[in-house]
Amino acid sequence: MKTIKLNASVTASNDRDADALRARLNRDGKLLVNVMSSAGSGKTTLLSAIIRDLPQIRFGVMEADIESDVDAQRIDALGAKAIQVHTSGMCHMDAGMTTAAYDALEADDAELLFLENVGNLICPAEYDTGAQVNLMILSVPEGDDKPLKYPLMFQKSDVLVISKTDALPYFSFDLSKCSQRVLHLNPKIRIFPVSAKTGDGMQALEAWLIEQLNRIRTNQNHPLNGWFAPAL
Amino acid sequence: MHELGIVFHIIKTIEDVAAEQNLTRVSKVVLEVGEVSAVIPEYLQDCWQWACRRSPLMNGSVLQNEIIPAVTYCESCGKTYETVKHAKVCPHCGSEQTYLLEGNGVQIREIEAE
Repeated sequence: MKTIKLNASVTASNDRDADALRARLNRDGKLLVNVMSSAGSGKTTLLSAIIRDLPQIRFGVMEADIESDVDAQRIDALGAKAIQVHTSGMCHMDAGMTTAAYDALEADDAELLFLENVGNLICPAEYDTGAQVNLMILSVPEGDDKPLKYPLMFQKSDVLVISKTDALPYFSFDLSKCSQRVLHLNPKIRIFPVSAKTGDGMQALEAWLIEQLNRIRTNQNHPLNGWFAPAL
Repeated sequence: MHELGIVFHIIKTIEDVAAEQNLTRVSKVVLEVGEVSAVIPEYLQDCWQWACRRSPLMNGSVLQNEIIPAVTYCESCGKTYETVKHAKVCPHCGSEQTYLLEGNGVQIREIEAE
C-alpha cells in the first residue's frame, strides 16, 4: 500500500473532455451555446423564437432533461434538428455527456448548436460542457435578486438574457438594479433584455449570436474559448 | 443529484491514475472540500458508498473529507477575513471590493493504493 499525492481538481477529467470537445467544435466550424437557467424561465420558447427568426441558419438543439421529450418535440416541430438527452437523475450536463449528445445529433449541416441544460441555477454552472459560449436566462418573474442568491451562474456566463420583459409592468423587477448586481459579479457579461413573445430585444441578441458564429466560421477559433473556468 | 456527479468525476480521475500507475485497489481517498464549495460532505459519503460498489478498483475504499476554511481578501485594506462569518463586506473597513481567496474548491489531495 502506498500513498500517492494527486492534488487534482475533481473536475480535472471533465475539463480535459471539455477542452477536447471545444477544439473539435472549432475544427468542425460549429458554434455550441450552452443555455442555462432555472426551470420555467423560457429556454425552449427563446430557442424557438431564434430558430423562427433566422431561417438562413441551420440549427441543432440538444435538449437535456431528467425525464420526457416534450422540449425536443417542440424544437422538432420547427424543422430544426433536435435530440433529447436524459441525464438519468443528474442535475447538470458535463462534458462527457455533451460529447455523446453531439455525436448522437449527427449535426453534419447544422452550424449553430444549442445545448439546453437541465433547468437549475446551481449545478450546471459548475461543469464546463465544452461549449464555446455560456448563455444564461433570468426571467422577469424570478426576480432581480437572483444574482445575489446564485452568484456562480452569473460569474460563469458570457451572456445574460433577461427574458419575459413583456411581464415587467406586473412585477417589481428593477432592470437597472439587476444589471448592476450582475455586472458587479461579472464585468464582462453581455446583457440582453428580451421578450420572445413580442419580439422585443430579440434582434440585438440574434445579431450577437450571428457575430459569434461568423467568428467561428472565419477564424476557426473563438475569443471566449477557455474563459469558462469551473470553480470546483 | 449534485454530489453524485462529483463522486463520478473523482472515481474517473482516480481510474485514470490507476491505469497509468498499474494500481489495482484503492483503499482510501483524501478529499479537500472547501467550506463554500456548495458540496455537502454527508451527501458525498452516501454517494461514495453507492458508487464505489460499482467499481472493482474502488470497492471498499474510504473517503476522508478535509474541510478547507473559506477566506476572503479585501482589496481596499489588504486584510483577509472569514468568508462565512462576514460574506461580501470586509469587517475591517466596510469595503465591498473583496474576493474569495480559497474555500470554494474540491480537490483530491491523495490516495492510498496498491
